[in-house]
Amino acid sequence: MLGLIKSPHLRELLRPVGQMVVFSIGSAAILSAIVTLLALILTPTDVGAAAQKTYGMSLLQYTVINLPQVLIDGLTIGFVYAAIALGYTMVYGVLEFINFAHSEIFAAGAFIGVELLIALRTFGVISENTSIAMAYLYLAIAVLAGMIVAGLLAVTVERIAYRPLRGAPRLVPLISAIGVSFFLQDSIRLIQSLTTGQFHRIIPTFGNFDDRLVFGRVLLENGNTIDLGIQIKSVIVIGVAVLMLVGLNYLVNATKVGKAIRAVAQDRATASLMGINVNRIISLTFLIGGTLGGAAGVLYALKFTRIDPFVGFFPGLKAFTAAVLGGIGNLTGALLGGIVLGMLETFAGAYMSAFTMGAAGAEYKDIFAFAILILVLIFRPHGLMGENVSQKA
Amino acid sequence: MKNIKSFLQGLLAKLQEGKNPYIFTVVHILLGTIWVYASPRNNIAFIVLLASLYSLYALNTKATFKAVAAGLLAFVVMPILGARNIFFLEIIFQISVFSALALGLNIVVGFAGLLNLGYGAFYAVGAYLWAFFGSQQIYALQYAPGTQPSDLPFLLPQDAFYLFILVGIIVSAITGILLGTPVIRLRGDYLAIVTLGFGEVIRVLANNLDKPLNFTNGPQGITPIQRPSLPPDALEFFNTGLRPIIGNSVSEGQLYNVFFYLLAVIMIVLIVFVARRLEDSKLGRAWTAVREDETAAIAMGIPLVSTKLAAFAVGASFAGAMGVLMAASRTFVSPESFSFMQSIGVLSMVILGGAGSIPGVILGAATVTILNLQILQGLSLYLSQLRQSDAVIPIINFPWRELSTQLDPAKYQRLLFGLILILMMIFRPTGLIPAERRKRELQLKEGDE
Amino acid sequence: MPDPIAWSAVHQYPKFANGVIVNLKLRKQYMEEEEMSKRLFAVVAILVIASLALSACAPAGSTDKGTIKIASQTPLSGGQSVLGVDIKRGAELALEQLGGPLTEAGFKVELAPYDDQANPDTGVANAKNIVSDPDILCGVGHLNSGVMIPSSEEYRNAGLAFVSPANTNPKVTDRGYLEVNRIVGRDDVQGVVGAQYAQGIGVKSVFIVHDKTSYGQGVAEFFKQEAERIGIEVKGFEGTEEKANFDALITPIIAANPDMVYFGGIYDQAGVLFKQAREKGFLGTFMGPDGMDSSELVNIAGPALLDGGGMVYSTVSGPASVYPDTAKFVADFKAKFGSDPQPFAAQGYDSMAICLKAIENAANAKGGGKPTREEVALAIRALQNFQGITGAYTFNAIGDPTSAKYFVIQVASADPAKWGANPVAQTLDIAPPSK
Repeated sequence: MLGLIKSPHLRELLRPVGQMVVFSIGSAAILSAIVTLLALILTPTDVGAAAQKTYGMSLLQYTVINLPQVLIDGLTIGFVYAAIALGYTMVYGVLEFINFAHSEIFAAGAFIGVELLIALRTFGVISENTSIAMAYLYLAIAVLAGMIVAGLLAVTVERIAYRPLRGAPRLVPLISAIGVSFFLQDSIRLIQSLTTGQFHRIIPTFGNFDDRLVFGRVLLENGNTIDLGIQIKSVIVIGVAVLMLVGLNYLVNATKVGKAIRAVAQDRATASLMGINVNRIISLTFLIGGTLGGAAGVLYALKFTRIDPFVGFFPGLKAFTAAVLGGIGNLTGALLGGIVLGMLETFAGAYMSAFTMGAAGAEYKDIFAFAILILVLIFRPHGLMGENVSQKA
Repeated sequence: MKNIKSFLQGLLAKLQEGKNPYIFTVVHILLGTIWVYASPRNNIAFIVLLASLYSLYALNTKATFKAVAAGLLAFVVMPILGARNIFFLEIIFQISVFSALALGLNIVVGFAGLLNLGYGAFYAVGAYLWAFFGSQQIYALQYAPGTQPSDLPFLLPQDAFYLFILVGIIVSAITGILLGTPVIRLRGDYLAIVTLGFGEVIRVLANNLDKPLNFTNGPQGITPIQRPSLPPDALEFFNTGLRPIIGNSVSEGQLYNVFFYLLAVIMIVLIVFVARRLEDSKLGRAWTAVREDETAAIAMGIPLVSTKLAAFAVGASFAGAMGVLMAASRTFVSPESFSFMQSIGVLSMVILGGAGSIPGVILGAATVTILNLQILQGLSLYLSQLRQSDAVIPIINFPWRELSTQLDPAKYQRLLFGLILILMMIFRPTGLIPAERRKRELQLKEGDE
Repeated sequence: MPDPIAWSAVHQYPKFANGVIVNLKLRKQYMEEEEMSKRLFAVVAILVIASLALSACAPAGSTDKGTIKIASQTPLSGGQSVLGVDIKRGAELALEQLGGPLTEAGFKVELAPYDDQANPDTGVANAKNIVSDPDILCGVGHLNSGVMIPSSEEYRNAGLAFVSPANTNPKVTDRGYLEVNRIVGRDDVQGVVGAQYAQGIGVKSVFIVHDKTSYGQGVAEFFKQEAERIGIEVKGFEGTEEKANFDALITPIIAANPDMVYFGGIYDQAGVLFKQAREKGFLGTFMGPDGMDSSELVNIAGPALLDGGGMVYSTVSGPASVYPDTAKFVADFKAKFGSDPQPFAAQGYDSMAICLKAIENAANAKGGGKPTREEVALAIRALQNFQGITGAYTFNAIGDPTSAKYFVIQVASADPAKWGANPVAQTLDIAPPSK
């Protein structure tokens, strides 16, 4: 048994799982403690009285009752961010370059997956009566299609818009990446609207993804009941994200290709002297990042139903924040950053209104991400677990 | 091909000889003026006239000649032509405003080498400053957006506007310093993302600061905002003295277009002057040094942080002044004007024209603005007309009527900005008119060898 | 970090940070490029002029009495183009179907569509371009009140009448301009209608969400005001720009357990919110303003709209049972453009119809001559009970429809095809608050 754990392969498979559990429980515990404490302090004040009136229960009770749901929601969106953040972090680790267009790669993946499912529905292959096993199969196909196209798109973008600029000062490819991002947004819109005239897409309803697994019910004083539960699609999102994270970690840390990637990240010149085809490794990095982004896109569409060509912008920005929060260039960091950011954001959205008597509410959720980004960069520029990124590194 | 090339080069050389530049410029200006006067809705005529400014800039004439000609064009010819078609005034107004923004961003990006993706935030600070103090908003703090009565008093007299241009400059410079202080030490690409975040934060704040106290009136925006008063006899002058030349009477609202056009032109002249002086000042050289090599700059005794902060503050102050001007000219502000698109638009002007190059940046601003307001819209309108006619596309015999409206060029502004950024970075990273300093540096080194 | 492989890169870059010039050959090449700069500019200039030449010489129309153009100005690009494009298409369809009388009278009638990009700067610039075209006698637009308000200052300066298909902000007409008209309800009416209906069906508490746009927040604020006035408890009032992930917002909704969730905004956000709220166990009623009026809502939210208390929305645009023309409009629209009309497309159609009718009336009054802008503006105000597909319109002194019919419609089917058959739960005739 002990010998098994010592095997590097198994260790690389188990380690990220362990990290995920630790990060999730850790951030959940810390944030829960903070809001509970806040609620304790605020309950005797006017804020508590206002909550008592609106919700028919004390602020503390309100806080505690909602905690499980908030944690689940936070974890789900956190894993989505983590999966996107991996794309940023991979590319940054190897090229020290912010792939601003990653959010559009994500959107492209989402569109491919959803279009495929819509096509399947049009041909009558999937409907609300599709058996559950087949539904999962079709979903898997859609995710795969999204992954392939997004991966190829990422490689193409690198080939056309980044590779010619590789020797240039770092702002040059960044500006080019911003250009690619805008170009792709409108290209997706063009293609989408040429076919049907409108450009948002709704993922078809099939299978049992919308069902909710209820594992508890709380009866409140005021007569309401609150179900504690998790949607099947949230489970799928978390499950697939975990699989991808484990797979990527294994690939980078336990395989020969992974070793080459790490070598290129460390020192491109020396890596090429060691016989590594640097261009191919960089393409591979973009392929992996794009693939993960594409999968995250399809999962995002599954979880949140609706996508449009501009869908990638905010998740992309937040995933980037997550990557920086965790320490960019560091795979574990991206995972940690994603989970923490997702949780923080959900906590802010759910509790801010009650804690401020409605003066500030969920609309400041997005600001939260940026505020965190700025704070992290000021006080801990190398992120929670990353290398130093300040100018004089 | 080679022949054409050398022929063109010869032609250009000839143009710069002796009295030729004077003749060409005068003819160009006169031709443009007469053409626009004769057909006041002709976009080509207008662009020909605008291009005469480029002749004026590029051809080898005396500085006094340039100044007098430009002054006549800006302060005599354009107001008269503009009173005949206010759309042209609006285009120059927007070119001026965006040139000022681009010049401000140019100081940050071009001179000091710091990429700022949230530059629109400073513009918003200026605009909301005058919007708040120059409107009735301070008396509407207690009302939810949309529910305030419309007969509230104004806080300040309308001519406080001029004071607020100064206040706008100061406040946005302070905002720039406040934002810059914590993040200025970050590496370039991080700085870019943080400023992007900051831009979004300002927009979200503008959108949400309507409760608990209604400062910004949320998404509905603040209106009416006061405009400065017109000079007392201006309207009469335009409607009696200039009436025969203009050919139509001018209402007060239309005269405000002329007024704001003149204000914008005066401000852009001042800003170009400031930017030029800054470029060659000790501070400007410090910026260049920091941009080229920070370590060497520190070794030369340049204070890194305060030099960079100065760039942020100066850049922000240009935007603040323009924000105040814009709020007054529109009599309205809303968060929609300060989106990320706006910041990217200004960035693409700087990149297109040439980062670090003052004439380049102005050319960039003019090109993007004209592209956006005249060419894309013009082509869309043209397509739409074709679609409403029975014409067919000649060779493939495809009726225009069938052409999808999705292909309207006006719809693909983002795509165009994106393409500009990518193509310029790959093929011409120095921009349309590369910076003077780079040219000088290179010539010097060439001579040394 | 210099990259050995990338030294093959051909160009020298402007030095932003840490740039190093090493290669002397590159410098020479750079100087040559410098020379090319002017020629490049010439090429660009020629292209620009050529494209303008194209756009300037429009296909010549050979008609006796000249051309009459009707402008439309809506967002045709960016995220809001979904609605903006369909307003334009609605207007286009109206011109095609109703332009007959003017064409027979010897005019060439054209639509001149402008793109305001949902941006006030572009809107104002276009407005100045529009008013400087003497052939334009009337206009349809805008989508955003934020663009309409500054742009209409220009229309007013030039005396050009505009009919707005979508601006519900009270300030649009409260300025009392002759040139500004609208055929939609005001926020301060629609919110009130919603709140009163809610009270009528026994709603005791409500949670209000809006989309942080001028439209959505406007309606929501007035809904809130009226709800508080008539004694409905407002358990929450939140705005969100989020389009997909409403989890954080739904938590307080479930905890507050209101009888109704009111969403001030457009269907595409509302559908996702409603669906997610149902999935999390919300059992009450959903309600919204006319931004909900799209079969796409059912497509997004599906049965979530029917469960529990169901879903209702208020609108000025009546269903097919009241206005049979609406069904025909939807069919024609789909036949011409291949997709269902978005909210406000029918209003775009009617705005154009009003413009055409007013121009026709003004021309007739002149004995068939081309009317002036002022005559057209007055003719719009002179219309009595103009029968459009979304209602009968008479304008009051500030350009609001005198008494608009407001419908509250109950969503009865989860099938998008049956959207038009949803029953009317209540009909109200309400005059706008007079100033």
